[in-house]
Amino acid sequence: MTETTKPNGAWDVFMSELNALAEDQADRRTLSGVDMLMLAPENWGKAAQIARSHDARWAGVWAEDLSGRFSVDCCLECQGRYLILRTAVAAEHPELPSHAPFYPAADRAERHVRDMFGIRFIGHPLQEQRWTRHLAWADDEFPLRKDFPAQGFPQASTPPDKDYPFLKAEGPSVYEIPVGPIHAGIIEPGHFRFQAVGETVLHLEERLGYVHKGIEKIAEGRDPVSLAKLAGRISGDSAVAHAWAACRAMEAAAGLSCSERADYMRGILAERERAINHLGDMAAMCNDVGFAFGYYQFGRLRELWLRDNRTLFAHRLMMDCIVPGGVAVDLKFDDCAAMKETIATLRAELSDLIKIIDANSSLEDRFLAAGVLSPAQAQALGALGFVGRASGQIFDVRKAPGYPPYDQLDLTVPVETDGDVAARFWLRYKELRTACRLLEQMLEQMPEGAVLADWRTPEAGAEGFAAVEGWRGEILCYVRFDEGNRIARYYPRDPSQINWPALEKIQIGNIVPDFPVCNKSVNGSYSGQDL
Amino acid sequence: MLRLYLKALTTGVLTEPVPYIDKDRLLETVGLELKTAIERKFSRSLAIRHIDAGSCNGCELEIHALNNVYYDIERFGIHFVASPRHADVLLVTGPVSRHMQAALLRAYDATPAPKWVVASGDCAACGGEFGASYASCGAVKNVLPVDATIAGCPPSPLQLMQGLLNTLKVL
Repeated sequence: MTETTKPNGAWDVFMSELNALAEDQADRRTLSGVDMLMLAPENWGKAAQIARSHDARWAGVWAEDLSGRFSVDCCLECQGRYLILRTAVAAEHPELPSHAPFYPAADRAERHVRDMFGIRFIGHPLQEQRWTRHLAWADDEFPLRKDFPAQGFPQASTPPDKDYPFLKAEGPSVYEIPVGPIHAGIIEPGHFRFQAVGETVLHLEERLGYVHKGIEKIAEGRDPVSLAKLAGRISGDSAVAHAWAACRAMEAAAGLSCSERADYMRGILAERERAINHLGDMAAMCNDVGFAFGYYQFGRLRELWLRDNRTLFAHRLMMDCIVPGGVAVDLKFDDCAAMKETIATLRAELSDLIKIIDANSSLEDRFLAAGVLSPAQAQALGALGFVGRASGQIFDVRKAPGYPPYDQLDLTVPVETDGDVAARFWLRYKELRTACRLLEQMLEQMPEGAVLADWRTPEAGAEGFAAVEGWRGEILCYVRFDEGNRIARYYPRDPSQINWPALEKIQIGNIVPDFPVCNKSVNGSYSGQDL
Repeated sequence: MLRLYLKALTTGVLTEPVPYIDKDRLLETVGLELKTAIERKFSRSLAIRHIDAGSCNGCELEIHALNNVYYDIERFGIHFVASPRHADVLLVTGPVSRHMQAALLRAYDATPAPKWVVASGDCAACGGEFGASYASCGAVKNVLPVDATIAGCPPSPLQLMQGLLNTLKVL
């Protein structure tokens, strides 16, 4: 560990300014070790303005119906530390100043809260424009209110959402391309509206929410094991990461710690998930520019690791391996030895392949300078994971604030600054190599011991917050328990919710045929954003 | 460029024998049965349009894998098409989210008869982890007539092939 302790001067100044807004100076709270500030609703917007002036990152907002009032939380991050702002709004008059004027990331997140709870965010530029809601429920129905039944009041057949007000462009030669929700490949559904002149895209607008499955609502009333199972299916490619985030949040609420071995096992599962997804995306990016060789080679390597997953963990995508209190799988000595060999093989194969990729001028022609997200744009959007790190944003939950087992490992976070498709491709390659090194360290250092601790029923009202670095980036998770070990509220914030708007910026000025590769280079989860 | 050819040559053909998962040559057996059935019933070519009607994307990842070098499902006469107008079979994944209901019905209507619907994965087959709610219609059969189902969360590539084979047997 060579990391020097960062001076926290900036954090202290940031906190002292925000503290001045706090409701009760004596009321210093924390949530799972994270500082929390209680604010009066009228100070909600002011807090975002102060946070913005300190370059704090806006990470998410979620609410809860506490009968008679709504509790609203906002998560900020500054200098690798989290801060949660909390306020309460009266049910008769559910209004709150919007954060969207200060943070573009708050735009869709606040509209989601509005659609689900009926809380209006005053000053939001698109305050009346729905986001998650299409036409499956009425505009005066709010599914996450406690008096709304999980079954809802559905019509026999939900009509198509054809009146959504997309931005229009007019003028000679300007035309519009509507794409989706069903796309021409084996991919998730969503709608893209392009305005183009000739081959060049003037504007792209995303319309998502097609795979909204009511995850937050159907989480209510579940027990911890069942919630972990649901979390593993928020986004099938992030089964490990979401389950880990949910379990860490539930464990924080229960005051339970995993064994050290369980933390290592979770780390191993998470880094394997990172590796298979990066391999899959590198294959797909090659495919999207017609480079079949890369598609087949990276796809081959991915399949080999999927098969190893099945042998070692009984599931190719490692679903349900992470459970509350630890993990449901373990590695024997021979398994560790075998995994080390496959890591060495993967590394050698990657070294071969990357030389070929690097020398391929037609690939370079398609990847370089395509789909640029500038560092300034990435910072403004709070872009996460490899999308942010390919555009100069250094944030990685594994590094700071950090969590076990990564706090015991030697981790270098690769960062690029060009922000184009090539940078996102290279960054994935570097993250793959980092994952290999982390896996080797974990296999080497993993202590002996049990992998599953006995569950302890949390008190009614116990809350937990957790963040983990999934392969796409930071996943946030909030849980609150009811009586009898039941979940009262579950909110998972997939990094896709933050990164989808980046794709709109990335595509501007690029040609229409580059959309597939631009999209794949970001690879947002539809299911993870729609919930 | 030489490196590329060298790598391609040294990688070799991986498609035929699959000792990795099927010591009993299961993949090839299933594949050949599938091929025979497709030759007989679909003049050697079965066109599938996949539709994600609300899936978590787990099913899609495994359907993708059918096209990797190990499974190479096209060799058995199956190909995935971009339009429902070109499809014999709609392979539907996920519980049907209410927001996807209209799109799924339109895709079904756009598929020329004779057509078959295969609900693939636990969610499509029976609602799975999500079931029916204000946001989800649950199983595909609640929205469309379903001819066959494939269990699994998600079904592995081999389970998908076996499921398609079973489907062809009942058609």
